[in-house]
Amino acid sequence: MQVPNSFRVGPDERGHFGIYGGRYVAETLMPLILAVERAYREAQSDPAFAAELDYYLKYYVGRPSPLYFAERLTRHFAGAKIYLKRDELNHTGAHKINNVLGQVLLARRMGRRRIIAETGAGQHGVATATAAALFGLPCIVYMGVTDIERQKPNVFRMKLLGAEVVPVSSGGATLKDAINEALRDWVAHVEDTFYVLGTVAGPHPYPMMVRDFQSVIGREVREQMQEAEGRLPDTLVACIGGGSNAMGLFHPFLDDLDVTMIGVEAAGLGLETGLHAASLNGGAPGVLHGNRTYLLQDEDGQVKEAHSISAGLDYPGIGPEHAWLHDLGRVEYVAITDKEALEAFTLSTRLEGIIPALEPAHALAHVAKIAPRLRSDHLIVMNMCGRGDKDVFAVAEQLGVSL
Amino acid sequence: MSRPSTLSQAQGRGRRIARRFAALRREGRGGLVTYLTAGDPDGETSAALFSGFAPAGADLIEVGVPFSDPMADGPIIQAGGQRALKAGMTLRRALSLVTELRRGDGETPIVLMGYYNPIYRYGGENFCRDAVAAGVDGVIVVDLPPEEDRELTEPARAAGLDFVRLATPTSDDERLPVILERAEGFLYYVSIAGITGTRSAEAEAIAAAAARLRRFTALPLAVGFGIKNPAQAAVAARCADAAVVGSALVDTLAHHLDKDGKAKGSLVEAVLAEVRSLAEGVRGARR
Repeated sequence: MQVPNSFRVGPDERGHFGIYGGRYVAETLMPLILAVERAYREAQSDPAFAAELDYYLKYYVGRPSPLYFAERLTRHFAGAKIYLKRDELNHTGAHKINNVLGQVLLARRMGRRRIIAETGAGQHGVATATAAALFGLPCIVYMGVTDIERQKPNVFRMKLLGAEVVPVSSGGATLKDAINEALRDWVAHVEDTFYVLGTVAGPHPYPMMVRDFQSVIGREVREQMQEAEGRLPDTLVACIGGGSNAMGLFHPFLDDLDVTMIGVEAAGLGLETGLHAASLNGGAPGVLHGNRTYLLQDEDGQVKEAHSISAGLDYPGIGPEHAWLHDLGRVEYVAITDKEALEAFTLSTRLEGIIPALEPAHALAHVAKIAPRLRSDHLIVMNMCGRGDKDVFAVAEQLGVSL
Repeated sequence: MSRPSTLSQAQGRGRRIARRFAALRREGRGGLVTYLTAGDPDGETSAALFSGFAPAGADLIEVGVPFSDPMADGPIIQAGGQRALKAGMTLRRALSLVTELRRGDGETPIVLMGYYNPIYRYGGENFCRDAVAAGVDGVIVVDLPPEEDRELTEPARAAGLDFVRLATPTSDDERLPVILERAEGFLYYVSIAGITGTRSAEAEAIAAAAARLRRFTALPLAVGFGIKNPAQAAVAARCADAAVVGSALVDTLAHHLDKDGKAKGSLVEAVLAEVRSLAEGVRGARR
């Protein structure tokens, strides 16, 4: 495979990252996604759009999120110096709001009054319901019944915010099925609806657009690390379901070849069991949800159910740009089991007083593996992309505690 | 690269789809296209259903290939696909089903309809070669728009497989030429903006759409989505070249399953009786 001059130039004008990405949607939706792309290009070249987004990110979300030196974790691992990018301190408790505000502002520019979204862990659904409340737009969130069961606090938050949460019982009733249902809704409401997609997947322009909105994470880290240490970090670590928090952290550093990047997939009960959500480590290229990417699938091309303790990582695909970076070898992709993630969850809670979401607990579990082997001047940045309030019931169940 | 999409050229290639639509035009009537998912609810029943379609009056047969994530389908066809997958249906087995079907019927056009990933996994060239060998005449891939279709349209053309395109209510005058550029066999008009088996379009809307589409193409026109009964089929057949019925048949099939999801003895006859009544509706709608 030919290595490009820059890792930051994708996608091409047709939305491809190498063989990945693209626009594999039903014909009914084609004019709509072409319209979203046109509107996004126009918004990008309009300083008023950037100014409006910056305003809400600063005063409503609370950006920039701090880059925090995790001193006790660093001492505990007795190796690399560990920094946490505190995106769990954002309004609504995760990185998802960065992208949602961008897309909802775009929907307003396009005159679309009805907002739909899918959600897995509920963080994207909560963020979307929040932005919809802020701008007075009706909001429908599709969520698998399995996820509704394990993320009850977020379901209630969405309802409080005025969103309608539609349970999806098809397939395995998780994030994959919620996306199918959101796409079906969009096909049936082409006149007035904007689909706020929560990750760097889906048809072009979503992977590019969501990445751009999330790249605020990596841009801030560049500045903050310069301030803290006078140089760039050595290693970036982030968890990956669809891959939006990881892409947001990685993208501004892709051409800094001295910066190592590690994406952490969910290994569920273990890669060897087949019950995992590690598309890159245990899948093959295929086409789903509007893009070509690595998928968990069988020989016949039927998409398999993913398995992870974390609802937000429980997705059998991954953003196409990650698939491309994986094939090019620019980013390393590893996998962490449910059990390892739970240990890291407890560690972060006890040592730093930060209850992480189960998603970034996967990233921390990998930090735990590499940090002890690295020198004390090695700088790791881990994206603490969500807080764990939503997970306390699920974790209690795992720990055998009844609340 | 682009070949004009005209009926006479398609006829010149001697394909079953073109021959069938030419025959329908000579008869002065619209045709009936019937859809079921291959393997729903089990292989044997499914084979009996498909082989009964043409004798019951279907003019063209659509064989659905089940997919785990059918984004354009409503609950009825989703359930059919799940039953078929559970019963072990695959793309390879769907092709075997067509091979069997062809043994008893050399003339009725057979179109495979499904989603791209099973074909991509099978390999586009291998798929086109094996599909033609099995006796498939055309293919409809729901999630492969013109922007992405080259990797399949080129092997399809080489193998002699018609690549059937979908037009929808969102296909405006700017979009239609893009859709039609590599369209073959017939144009499938999705008469509602929505998923299968839900709403139905008004007769006037279908007529207006058909008239507009005819300004852009000489390909035969089939109208589907939301056509549930003989009267609606007659409307579609009157203003287009054929009516496509899918969800209504799958729904009838589903009503003849026992509580364990197994086919009752009445299933095949119930579905074929509905096909006969739809065929009558279509035949009564002479232009």
